[in-house]
Amino acid sequence: MSRLGNLFSEKKKQVLNVYCTAGYPEIKSTLPIMKALQDSGVDIIELGMPYSDPLADGPVIQASGTKALENGMTIHLLFEQLKNFRKSIDIPVILMGYMNPVLQFGFEEFCKTAASVGIDGLILPDLPEYEFETEYGAIIKKYGLDFTFLVTPETSVERIKKLDSLSTGFLYAVSSSATTGSDKDFTAVEKYLQKLQSLELKNPVLVGFGIKDKATFQSACKYANGAIIGTAFIKILEGEKDIISVTNHFIKAIKN
Amino acid sequence: MATAQNFQNPDLQGYYGKFGGAYIPEMLYRNVEELKERYLDIIYEPSFQKEFQLLLKDYVGRPTPLFLAERLSKEFQASIYLKREDLCHTGAHKINNTIGQILLARKLGKTRIIAETGAGQHGVATATVCALKGMECIVYMGEKDIERQAPNVARMRMLGAKVIPALSGSKTLKDATNEAIRDWINNPVDTHYIIGSVVGPHPYPDMVARFQSVISEETRWQLKEKTGSELPTHVVACVGGGSNAAGAFYHFLNEPSVQLVAVEAAGHGVNSGMSAATTQLGKPGVLHGSKSLVMQTEDGQVVEPHSISAGLDYPGVGPLHANLFESGRGTFLSATDEEALASAFHISKTEGIIPALETAHAFAVLGKLNLKTSDRVVICLSGRGDKDLATYMRSMGLA
Repeated sequence: MSRLGNLFSEKKKQVLNVYCTAGYPEIKSTLPIMKALQDSGVDIIELGMPYSDPLADGPVIQASGTKALENGMTIHLLFEQLKNFRKSIDIPVILMGYMNPVLQFGFEEFCKTAASVGIDGLILPDLPEYEFETEYGAIIKKYGLDFTFLVTPETSVERIKKLDSLSTGFLYAVSSSATTGSDKDFTAVEKYLQKLQSLELKNPVLVGFGIKDKATFQSACKYANGAIIGTAFIKILEGEKDIISVTNHFIKAIKN
Repeated sequence: MATAQNFQNPDLQGYYGKFGGAYIPEMLYRNVEELKERYLDIIYEPSFQKEFQLLLKDYVGRPTPLFLAERLSKEFQASIYLKREDLCHTGAHKINNTIGQILLARKLGKTRIIAETGAGQHGVATATVCALKGMECIVYMGEKDIERQAPNVARMRMLGAKVIPALSGSKTLKDATNEAIRDWINNPVDTHYIIGSVVGPHPYPDMVARFQSVISEETRWQLKEKTGSELPTHVVACVGGGSNAAGAFYHFLNEPSVQLVAVEAAGHGVNSGMSAATTQLGKPGVLHGSKSLVMQTEDGQVVEPHSISAGLDYPGVGPLHANLFESGRGTFLSATDEEALASAFHISKTEGIIPALETAHAFAVLGKLNLKTSDRVVICLSGRGDKDLATYMRSMGLA
């Protein structure tokens, strides 16, 4: 069974997935931050591959990507950094990024390399379901990677079921139709999460977008298997020298 | 009749050959799907067509003339016709599309309009139709472009639009497009995004091409009136994203005898590192929701192009054009900043028409076409040059 499969078979509630941008704030921050996230009790790491034109991300995550690119981060370098990461990190790690850099790397080569260094899954928000079904899904599957689709409050029930059937690992419930980092009224979100829960989907559901602290994490967890924190974590890393202790501090505040 | 390939219409998924599609995050799915399901039905409804045609006639000033440029014809030893899109209201072809899309937005029940703009021409054309229809208008424009294009920023504001600076990335057109797409993601219910070129996720490239196709529709009957034949031997147009070229080529795309000449901006020279000649420098990739040719680094980061004309300063090209390039149906040439400037002055003095810098690129390749006296060349004169006066003045040493 995959690492994500194992995790969700053992832990059905309060799963915490934290996003960080590879090569941010420093080019060498990638592994120390991943290690600190694991050590402070995070369940899944979503590692962002920086891109010049990240449509689905808000300004905070885009700025971290711009900085990472200035720092010299590339997909080649990232795989180099990740070569031995499985010696120190056991929790599931998924890569999040956009189609264009992956296509330039070579889609199959990318999946092959990701799987060989020990990556568990992918999130590519601008890979549409049609292209997934006709071309890319089979390649992803061939290398044993999980793939997560996003659903939003605007996604129809029929389409949620379709995207759930195509996803493995978990389904990413965007808590509002918004780019990352937006503040939204959480009670409206609860209704939508209840609806998702009632559909009895095949995949565990993690809620993302707008989760920033213990309170929002807890309310997301009420109706889902867990939640994803991105923008709020990137914010605390900005200009920070001691990234290990701020990471620990930030995660503890959410979990306790 | 057996035709080899239909260059006009994409397939159901929005592909022209291997280019196109809708590479969008799920947050945009419902909006884009709604458009995809409804755009053809709406724009061919009689009530839509009636209002659209009336506005094109009485507000935009169509049909625009097809003018036989006698002195240019003599110089290049061929019949050279100018399709006068510069005479459209607001001074360029851009308004053909914004008129169409504002009517479509109303049919879809949208109340708020967003747009991206580079030089400000599409922004002005969008602000204009929003004023005409009393709709809220927000235009995203790169912070750098806001500084460079002050008169158009003032026009948009005077027309009632809110101009929001794009502060991310390189702070130019591609970033303004990113910001507009983000706005749409954050406002999924009441907002319609008026894209200014034949780019973006399906159905935008096809929809914008259809609205701009009035250019070649008129050209056909006007040419027939003047020469007895509907078909020119060449159609020449400048290409950034490619909306005026798409319109000028549209009704000739499946006429193999007509040579379609697309002129890109070479900037300081195609291989200078300061260029916007996407078909020469780009590789297949995904930008702003469709697969096309994209100027990018080896690592797949989109690069900032360069052209003296802000309207051609875009690192991608519409999928329709990428397919014309890939298939060989289109002839892709380029003109440098210097050649475009020289052409702008030459056309001004020869025909008494000051063209936009974008349009000047199209004229710059006339000498490279090996024309015969029997050739009938249509050049899409996509816009007038008033907006470029500051650049022209610098070139003359007047500023």
